[in-house]
Amino acid sequence: MGTPRVVPERCHAGSARAKGKQHWTGDYLFLFQNLIMKDFRIRYRNMSLGVLWSLINPLVMMGVLTFIFGRVFGGERSPIFPVFVLCGLVPYNFFTGAWLTGTTAIIDNAALVKRVPVPREVVTVAAVLSNGVHLLIQVALLIGFTLAFGLRPAASWWWLPVVWGLYVAFVCGLALGSSAINVFIRDTRYVVESFNMVLFYLVPIFYSFSIIPARYAAVYQFNPVAAMVLAMRNILIDGKAPPTSLLENLVIVAAVTMGLGLTIFSRLKPRFYEHI
Amino acid sequence: MPAGTLWFDGVTKTFAHHAGQMLLRDRIADLISPSRRGRLEALREVSFELRPGESLGLIGPNGAGKSTLLNLATGLLEPDSGQVEVQGRVAALLDLSAGFHNSLTGAENLRINAALMGLSRRQTAERFEDIVEFSGVREFIHEPLRAYSSGMILRLAFAVAVSADPDVLLIDELIGVGDQAFQDKALEKIRSFQHAGKTVLLASHSSELMMTLCERALWLDHGRVMMSGASPEVLAAYLESTSTTKAVLD
Repeated sequence: MGTPRVVPERCHAGSARAKGKQHWTGDYLFLFQNLIMKDFRIRYRNMSLGVLWSLINPLVMMGVLTFIFGRVFGGERSPIFPVFVLCGLVPYNFFTGAWLTGTTAIIDNAALVKRVPVPREVVTVAAVLSNGVHLLIQVALLIGFTLAFGLRPAASWWWLPVVWGLYVAFVCGLALGSSAINVFIRDTRYVVESFNMVLFYLVPIFYSFSIIPARYAAVYQFNPVAAMVLAMRNILIDGKAPPTSLLENLVIVAAVTMGLGLTIFSRLKPRFYEHI
Repeated sequence: MPAGTLWFDGVTKTFAHHAGQMLLRDRIADLISPSRRGRLEALREVSFELRPGESLGLIGPNGAGKSTLLNLATGLLEPDSGQVEVQGRVAALLDLSAGFHNSLTGAENLRINAALMGLSRRQTAERFEDIVEFSGVREFIHEPLRAYSSGMILRLAFAVAVSADPDVLLIDELIGVGDQAFQDKALEKIRSFQHAGKTVLLASHSSELMMTLCERALWLDHGRVMMSGASPEVLAAYLESTSTTKAVLD
């Protein structure tokens, strides 16, 4: 008794596949709020400085980069270089943090995924959005620095919620795809980590877009993180709306990534249970 | 079909054997020689119907497919073939503490799990007091869960799960829900669900519990239905088969 019975593969092929249907009905907004706050609280409850850590990391990086490029290399004379760097760090930090937590979300919440019939997409998207709390703090920091360096609020600032909305949608789409793949190939998270590290140099964080040789400019244009950095500098430093081509790029990237991510996710999610 | 109906028609569910090896090299190996290891059959051609207000007990040895059946009814799994239909809101008391986190307080965990059960913000606020009262952990409700005993966590989890006012209640082994006093309270709660015309599907190794709660029973072994009918007969046949097995082994 109790020995597992092995059946040939063809039994699995089955005749009439049951249609997949969602059993969960409920309050999505309340669920999202709870899951986002859960991730956020768990991350910060055990830190004595709590939310201050969201401020310390970009401040230290900004200081170090300003020192290196202002004093060590000595080439950077721009008085607003700290703001310039911070415009690069905030989108970069959100991207790397949110993509990584999103990628591991399904595995990290295995107990939930195996026991509660809540739509699985919610788990990944909530993990990405839980980084939104840091993002808000860092954007506030960025705006604080912008004002402190004598830059004035402009009408272009209304573009901030638009570009961030598109950017967050792009990261959600990317994370949906990678979190589903990570269930089947656990190496995925290491690929994401390595990619994030390399990305620091591929995104114009401590250098400006204008010094990129023309023949490589196209490569940068298709990098949404670089596009976002550029948009932040357009809006906050130049006080201008981002160029139309950049906005178009962000819209297309967000839509395509979201579409692809959701497709990959829904194709793979019926098999999550037995692979977690 | 009215809310509270649970319907399985020729349901077969198999699992991959190699689940657990999730590295790139395993995936590449799969591509080169697709899964010749066959699949594990958890359920084979299982059919039954539960109308609103009926209670069915699942009985069988470990690995018989009871949990797979409950997971299919919950919507956590999809059948390979056949159909599963569940009407109305389902509350699954499978692994009660699955959605609970140690470093969050009882109240925070309560809200998260109420949201996971599908309750809205308002419903959660309205039922908060009742849930705390029922769980009996009031003086610890703002303490982190790590200060709780395992019994207290289960009591809170049970209280949240039953607060969702489900049409169908799925239970996997009620044993271990706190002390005797709370078990009695939990049983009473389940009975009140039955009186209110809710559907109950219960998997248990306790024939005593099954006799008190379920008028019908389904005996599973190796994923197949061995017998289905009134609880006393099915239980008697099942118990006899296990004692025969024992006698043979002796």
